[in-house]
Amino acid sequence: MNFLAAIGRSFFSFLEAAGKIGIFTLLAIRHILTPPYYFRSLFHQMMVIGYYSLPVVGLTTLFTGAALAVNIYEGGSRFNAESALPSIVMIGMVRELGPVLCGLIVAGRVSASMAAELGTMRVTEQIDALTTLSTDPMKYLVAPRILATVIMMPFMLVLVADIVGVLGGYLIATAKLGFNSGNYLTSSIGFLEAIDVAASMTKAAVFGFFIALMGCYHGYNSKGGAQGVGVSTTNAVVSACILILISNYVVTEIFFAV
Amino acid sequence: MNNQPKISLKGVRKSFGSKLVLDSINLDIATGESMVIIGGSGSGKSVMLKCILGLLKPDSGSIKVDGAEILGQSLSDQKKMLSQFGMLFQGGALFDSLSVWENVAFGMLAENKISRRQAPEFAIEKLRRVGLASDVAFLSPAELSGGMQKRVGLARAIAHEPKVIFFDEPTTGLDPIMADVINELIVECVKEMGATALTITHDMSSVRKIADKAAMIYKGNIIWTGDKEEIDHCGNPYVEQFINGRAEGPIQMEILKS
Repeated sequence: MNFLAAIGRSFFSFLEAAGKIGIFTLLAIRHILTPPYYFRSLFHQMMVIGYYSLPVVGLTTLFTGAALAVNIYEGGSRFNAESALPSIVMIGMVRELGPVLCGLIVAGRVSASMAAELGTMRVTEQIDALTTLSTDPMKYLVAPRILATVIMMPFMLVLVADIVGVLGGYLIATAKLGFNSGNYLTSSIGFLEAIDVAASMTKAAVFGFFIALMGCYHGYNSKGGAQGVGVSTTNAVVSACILILISNYVVTEIFFAV
Repeated sequence: MNNQPKISLKGVRKSFGSKLVLDSINLDIATGESMVIIGGSGSGKSVMLKCILGLLKPDSGSIKVDGAEILGQSLSDQKKMLSQFGMLFQGGALFDSLSVWENVAFGMLAENKISRRQAPEFAIEKLRRVGLASDVAFLSPAELSGGMQKRVGLARAIAHEPKVIFFDEPTTGLDPIMADVINELIVECVKEMGATALTITHDMSSVRKIADKAAMIYKGNIIWTGDKEEIDHCGNPYVEQFINGRAEGPIQMEILKS
């Protein structure tokens, strides 16, 4: 009997959380669309989220691209398919690894920092103070963060992730695996289609939305002191990562299902 | 002067889950009066203040400002109401991502009453009023001492010349001399602007300095109201225990004794 009650309880708390997140999402979207707009804050967030994430995103995808090339070369050599390496690295990086790796890295970096910052503002009453100073905290804090992430993920971070990832494969292939540099470039670029890039950037925008939404939602609703902020930071990163992996499958299905 | 109270609370009730915090609060604050509410930790002082500011929604009851009901009012009405309120938060609640001058001018900038170019000068003027030198304006809040943060918080609270100012434990965490400085500043600012003030505190020296009238809150009810002069011989055993700081009396702290 207790066992069933526990299942019911967790199901209800799941529904409650889903409802709260749903309302928060609708509110956030409404505040993104309606004035006043805080451009100063938006540009600041774009800088922090986009530009400062570049080094870690670049490093991750560079080495992943290199490892991918080595793996595919070795695997492909079993049935004399080494020559497919450039196109597989291209497809793998642009369609899948670039956006997903970039999303997970940025989730760790940006979701966590948003949750910690907004959480601290919540527990030190700074969010209440905003309200008393004629400023809507959803508009001033949440809207610029979500918008900045949704802009910077596709138009800067994932673009760079894709390019650097392919570059990683290219470097290993030409330096170590004996590919001709010109041939490598022609065959990998020739294989790339517009829909691959479109899928990559769509994923990036969707991931960006979830990253910022989870960071803001958990931070905004922090409770208690330092421990509460810690809990919401963890929840933000974990939930952002889960949403990225699920939505990655959904977007792939929409774009490429036969 | 009319007889309509500036702020009037009737039967305000608020509970969090099963915990009843405000039972039935009845309180009138006349225009231009300085009301100080005393009460122990956890007696519901802060919750009451947040209900008036609209940061928390009471479960039932009525709160009127200038005779108009504020519970269930539209967002634009709430914004209009908040623009005539100022609030000094317990921990200062300064925005730590902004400099001191941006903090002080925040409300005025949010309402577009001054331009960004005028703001530093405006802030310096307000800082002077709370006894801070102009170079403080360009520091960040983290670089200030506790007493200075309180004063910056005060400058921010009075910057838009509010008609009603709330003080949440203005002297908590300060040494006795700085506490007295803050108390005097509060009296000066409130008198100068002719504002209505509502202070919650458990510091008796604050009460004696700031109050015109005082009230005591205990277990979610206002159990005594009267003029400041009456407080020392009001004959109410709860009030007497509180102002004399005795562990024995009708108020029993919930401490388990072995």
